[in-house]
Amino acid sequence: MSNYKMHVLVCGGTGCLSADAAQIVDNLRDEVKAAGMDGDVQVLKTGCFGFCEKGPIVKMLPDNTFYVQVKPEDAKELVAEHIVKGRKVERLLFEDPETSERVSDSKNMDFYKKQMRIALRNCGFIDPDNIEEYIARDGYQAIGKALTEMTPQQVIDVMKESGLRGRGGGGFPTGLKWEFAMKNEADQKYVICNADEGDPGAFMDRSILEGDPHSVVEAMAICGYAIGASKGRVYIRAEYPLAIKRLEKAIDDAREYGLLGTDILGTGFEFDIELTYGAGAFVCGEETALIHSMEGERGEPTTKPPFPAESGYWGKPTNVNNVETFANVPVILLKGAEWYGKIGTERSKGTKVFALAGKINNVGLIEVPMGTTLREVIYDIGGGIKDGKKFKSVQTGGPSGGCLTEKDLDTPIDFDNLIAKGSMMGSGGMIVMDEDDCMPAVAKFYLEFTEEESCGKCTPCRVGTKRLSELLQLITEGKGTMAHLDEMKRLSRVIKDSALCGLGQTAPNPVLSTMEAFWDEYEAHVNDKKCPAGQCSSLLQYFILEDKCIGCTKCARVCPTNCISGEVKKLHVIDQEKCIKCGACMDNCKFKAIIKR
Amino acid sequence: MAKIKSLDELLKIKESAQSKVDLRVKGENIDDLVQIKVAMATCGIASGAREIMNFLIEEAGKQGLDNVVVTQTGCMGYCYAEPTIEVTLPGKEAVVYGNVTQEVAKDVIEKTIKNGELIDGIIPKTHKTIDE
Ligand SMILES: Cc1cc2nc3c(=O)[nH]c(=O)nc-3n(C[C@H](O)[C@H](O)[C@H](O)COP(=O)(O)O)c2cc1C
Ligand code: SF4
Ligand code: SF4
Ligand code: SF4
Ligand code: FES
Ligand code: FES
Repeated sequence: MSNYKMHVLVCGGTGCLSADAAQIVDNLRDEVKAAGMDGDVQVLKTGCFGFCEKGPIVKMLPDNTFYVQVKPEDAKELVAEHIVKGRKVERLLFEDPETSERVSDSKNMDFYKKQMRIALRNCGFIDPDNIEEYIARDGYQAIGKALTEMTPQQVIDVMKESGLRGRGGGGFPTGLKWEFAMKNEADQKYVICNADEGDPGAFMDRSILEGDPHSVVEAMAICGYAIGASKGRVYIRAEYPLAIKRLEKAIDDAREYGLLGTDILGTGFEFDIELTYGAGAFVCGEETALIHSMEGERGEPTTKPPFPAESGYWGKPTNVNNVETFANVPVILLKGAEWYGKIGTERSKGTKVFALAGKINNVGLIEVPMGTTLREVIYDIGGGIKDGKKFKSVQTGGPSGGCLTEKDLDTPIDFDNLIAKGSMMGSGGMIVMDEDDCMPAVAKFYLEFTEEESCGKCTPCRVGTKRLSELLQLITEGKGTMAHLDEMKRLSRVIKDSALCGLGQTAPNPVLSTMEAFWDEYEAHVNDKKCPAGQCSSLLQYFILEDKCIGCTKCARVCPTNCISGEVKKLHVIDQEKCIKCGACMDNCKFKAIIKR
Repeated sequence: MAKIKSLDELLKIKESAQSKVDLRVKGENIDDLVQIKVAMATCGIASGAREIMNFLIEEAGKQGLDNVVVTQTGCMGYCYAEPTIEVTLPGKEAVVYGNVTQEVAKDVIEKTIKNGELIDGIIPKTHKTIDE
């Protein structure tokens, strides 16, 4: 066994790899070798550290030094300075945006201080391609414990007592779901892992599969034991090539080590996993549609009941869980329901992974205990709003969710609280918006997404979302009326009540929640024909400021419709009738004399 | 790789694999651990620092001292007294020992690390590292 005295962890997540992380690994290895230290220093590629905004990330251990935005050409200096001479490379340390101080230890970074990593426990810590590193972190001990010490019912009881709820969006109690599948007798049952992850901006599941694929493999086997299934399937979107590669390797290695296949750990238990690739349609994440898609049918939902636990894949009892849900299972089994139950809120136990995005300083992947407030997430972990702008809203729950505002910031995040505030947890996308974001336009963005992704099977969703997005189009163009707003409310109710599946039932949520919280903005678009956030281009007007214009004539020369008039060295004026709002004048005025509002 | 046929076999693999990630786990709570830094710049290596380092790691392992992290560091500026090591007990000031032989290293483990006693051979700290 080699005795490495230093470990250099380089993020090998999709984000960092696309910024040359693989080259950094190679260069670091070369430099370490050149320094004659290849037996002393181990350079390895891990999963995502979560701090993707500042990637590629390189972490040095044991002294916990966290380097950000590393480039391949920095490898030489990192080895020569940090490794050989023991001096930190100051310029590559993270700079705290508030204090402008360099922080070297990730423990002291605000981004990590309030986080608690359970589902992401191994991401950014182990080499995901090395099964032994997973085993070293107690990997496969939970399945060992289940097989040798527990009955399936006992496994299910632990899951029930832990209070774990599904992380795929619905929040259904996991233990209860397993129990239903167990109780339905059949010659064959299935465990399905839902790795479809269709929400725009979400990448929680991808990161778990890339950074710690064995945790999902192990959990699926545990579920198989609990419900009496010998076959597992992962439904994963084909546009996740790295996650697929890591998962395939994990399954192969587990098989080779005898942790999948027949007679697992000498107990006679049999379980194996295969992958099914999805084409990446949002509706295919809905469990009945997903099952149809796996069977080679069109990915269209059907009514429930029957639930998959009763009649799922090929009509057999099937348990469908989300990737993040599974990632929690082995830890819960090893540490116990009581330990898990102490984390989180009364009715939402444990932690939740969120993909933080939008107008926020620290964009990335975070995991926090349930009950952490939105304010803590946005300001403490997220580092506040970009460019000192004012916070306006945070969108949670993706296309099924809603927008929360300033007054909701102190809400402890959990399944029930978010619903009570008119949004939802969803799968964990969290998009922060500032004063420059126009809320009717945000609603329009989500409606265009659902309109596009609707499978078309039922009329309320197929036609309804189209009509809703057309109405939003009118509003943002300044052609809306108060009657249109009433019509949007009514239509939203109808779609919610009559659509067949969750996609249609939740599609109006972004409309309803923005209308509720930002009614004045809708009114401004309709009555005053103004976009207060200055986003809807049809409602903007360009003006020339009298005190700033020096009459250089530049604007008049670039204007494609020749609607600017004025003499040399005199004030210029825009003819609003003829202006097509192309913005060319504003971009070209060197004197900042042109504004839009 | 032969198949793992029982939970016991799995635990054995875990034990042998653990040392691979052990250093990383320790890094997470390094402030609570005893840190020994061995100066491993050119002149350190030339005077036997690597052997001292390996000896310290093995000895700590043999004695089951899992609260010790041995790492290498760069030039501390005491070329006349190589091999040099710096020992930091949790919450205490770091002390530097010079001319470390295997006997000294053994004493460091027995007396300093196990009992918190200082031993002969301390050199007054004159260097500063960038973290200070
Ligand atoms: C339109 C729609 C899309 C969905 N997309 C996903 C998805 O991408 N991933 C996922 O795990 N669950 C998704 N779900 C929820 C699944 O139907 C199902 O509830 C979930 O996979 C169950 O796992 P859980 O109990 O572990 O959350 C979606 C539901 C709907 C209605
Ligand atoms: S609600 Fe929409 S996505 Fe769901 S079945 Fe109906 S048309 Fe298809
Ligand atoms: S480019 Fe600017 S300064 Fe020049 S005439 Fe136009 S508005 Fe005035
Ligand atoms: S926005 Fe375009 S069309 Fe309107 S005044 Fe400026 S350059 Fe002319
Ligand atoms: S991909 Fe590297 S930190 Fe997320
Ligand atoms: S190189 Fe050994 S003390 Fe400087």
